[in-house]
Order: sequence, then structure tokens, then C-alpha cells
Amino acid sequence: MSSRPELQAPPEIFYDDTEARKYTSSSRIIDIQSKLSKRAVELLALPDDGIPRLLLDIGCGSGLSGETLTENGHQWIGLDISKSMLNIALEREVEGDLLLGDMGQGLGLRPGVIDGAISISAIQWLCNADKSSHDPKLRLKAFFTSMYGCLSRGARAVFQVYPENMAQHELILSFAMRAGFAGGVVVDYPHSTKKRKEYLVLTCGPPSLSTVVPKGKVELDSGSDYESSGDEENQTVCISDRHRPRKKQKITKKGKGKGWVLKKKEQMRRKGNVVPPDSKYTARKRKARF
Amino acid sequence: MRLLTHNMLSSNIKGVTNGFPLGIEVVKVVEKQVELNADFLKNMFHKIDWKGLVDGSRAMGYFELPGEPPETSALESEEFLSKFHHALLELHLEEGALVCPETGNICHFASTLRGFPS
Repeated sequence: MSSRPELQAPPEIFYDDTEARKYTSSSRIIDIQSKLSKRAVELLALPDDGIPRLLLDIGCGSGLSGETLTENGHQWIGLDISKSMLNIALEREVEGDLLLGDMGQGLGLRPGVIDGAISISAIQWLCNADKSSHDPKLRLKAFFTSMYGCLSRGARAVFQVYPENMAQHELILSFAMRAGFAGGVVVDYPHSTKKRKEYLVLTCGPPSLSTVVPKGKVELDSGSDYESSGDEENQTVCISDRHRPRKKQKITKKGKGKGWVLKKKEQMRRKGNVVPPDSKYTARKRKARF
Repeated sequence: MRLLTHNMLSSNIKGVTNGFPLGIEVVKVVEKQVELNADFLKNMFHKIDWKGLVDGSRAMGYFELPGEPPETSALESEEFLSKFHHALLELHLEEGALVCPETGNICHFASTLRGFPS
């Protein structure tokens, strides 16, 4: 069975009472969610003047991401399709108001009133057709056009997504662009399979200086973050092309050699793993008696 | 649900051209104390549909707001700000329903179950 929850059941059924409880009591998930939402708020780039804004949290679930918004002093409205998740949010007494609704049917908000929107791991659910009446394209269109309508001019929307493959990725992006959004994708840690995170950073309004997409994060071997531009095309191809035949390993009588070891260490560093520094002893030959 | 959110919502039913403001059918209202932030209120004032807010607050049993939309200068008075703040952020519709103004039937955001409309 696939580990992707999207493939198992529709969201309102998958996140039932037990799953919702499990989700919110797992410290690992709480940690990931708060990290993702902190990064999303960072990408939202609201003016730093201390004035609280009215934000939207799409797929707010049990309000884990909303808590980050409250910590930043903003007012927020959360939308989710799962009643069980919202019940947990009510138990946790989150600050924002909660709406039960399906984002694929449009948002039903007045035009131009929202100062920004975030969404953590939710948009990819729109790509599934869980009912016979569902058409992913129509649902994406309804979502993005109503989103565009309710945002004020120049407002940003940051969606963290887990697209299943390149086709989904392009589908989501194309409907966002068709709705009138400017912007693009920010990829954090593009070389790592686990830490890699994609954010759709969309700006409401025509392309301008403010719509420039921020750079993604890349990890160095020392573990520190630094901002770096990533050549997105090259990075995504290696993901989509996962089923290519494995390269035959070149093993000669002499063993794999220093070059091979250095190459592997470099690969591990790019993934963000802790790797011992290279020295003159790296991959040295041992004496026969060893 | 607060009136802040009520003010942002409009009817989602197909074919409805002017789905705002939604009518409120009140079953239970609670009040929760929230810290007043004048900057936020000033920022929101231009986005709020005044008539919707006044109608909503009256439906929830709060009659202090003036019926006519006040001038921007009113935002300097603390008395007005505290009333505005109370109506916008402190009144919670705990149980009730939101009704579409055009079709009159209970609309997309219908019965308010434990604080969130469906």
C-alpha cells in the first residue's frame, strides 16, 4: 500500500477521529508542521510593521499551522474539509475561526479582503478525483480563481505542496498561473529526498518587483543554512526519473578507489548528511597484513 | 465564529450574484476577552462592510454600533475603537446558522456546529 495518504481515501474520510487524534499527538508531525508553517510565513514576506493581518489557512486541520500565525500576532481564518480535525482544533482552543468546507468548491469569501494565505501539505489533495463528480482540473480552477478573488492586490499566498510527480506539479502550477497569479516554486533542500520541500509562492497581481520568487534553502556540510539559487529543472528531473535502470557498478580488482569515495562523500554532503572531512588518509591503501 | 469572519464570508451557492451579507440565526452567543490592537482595527476598518457588521452585531444582541458608517476620524476615539473591537473580535457565534440573503435557504455555510459553519 502506498504511504501517500492522498491515495488511500478522500480527506474527509482519511482524517477520521482516530487519524486526527494520531496526527495531532505525534510530536514529530507537530514539529514538521510548525517548521513548514514558519518557513511559509517567512516566504509570505508580510511587511514588518507589527500590524496584525488577516490571513487564511487552507487545510488548517487541527490548527497546528495556525498556531504559528497566532505566534506572529496575526488573525486567521482556517478552512478544512475534515470535521474530526476541526473538532480537535476546537479542543485545542486555537485563536482563529474555523470553517468546514471543501477548497475545491471555491472559498466563498468577499473579494479583496484577505492579506495573505498559507497552506501546508493540502493542495495536492485537489489532484485526486475521489467522487465521480470530481474533476481535478475544475476543482483546481475553482480553488485558484476564488483564492485570487479574495486576496487583496499585492498579497501573497504560500502553499507547501507534495506533488506526486511532475505532471501533478505542472498541473497545479498551470492553474495557479491561469487564475492570474504571478510567482513560482521555491525548493528547499533540493538534493535531499527527505528534507526536500516545495513551496508555491504566488503573488496576486501582475508581475512586478514584489513578485520575484525568493530563493530556496540549501544545506551545507557544516549544517548551516545559506540561501542559494537552485537550477530547478535539473533538480526535479532526477526525482521524476526514479525508475530508470540502475547504473552498473564499476568494481575492478583494485577496489573502488579514492575518486569513488570522494564522489560518494560529496553526494552525502549535498544531501545534508554529516560526513567526516576529506584528508590525506581518506580511502588510503592498507598494507596487506591489515 | 466571530463577526470578523462573518464579514468576510459570502454565499457560495451557484447563480447567486450578491451573496453578502449572510443572515445570522442565533442560538447561542458567547463573549471572549481579546486584547485590543488599534493598528489592526484601523487596517481592517476599510475592508469591513459596515452594514454587514452592524446587522450581524444586532442579530447577536449588541446594539452599541452606529447604524451609519462612521467617518475615518472616528477611529481616533477610544470609545468607538473599543465598541468596534468588541463587535468584531469578542462576540462569538457559538451555535446558530448562516442564511444566504438571496435564496433565503440555509446556504453553503449552514448550521454552525460547535463554532464552525459547514
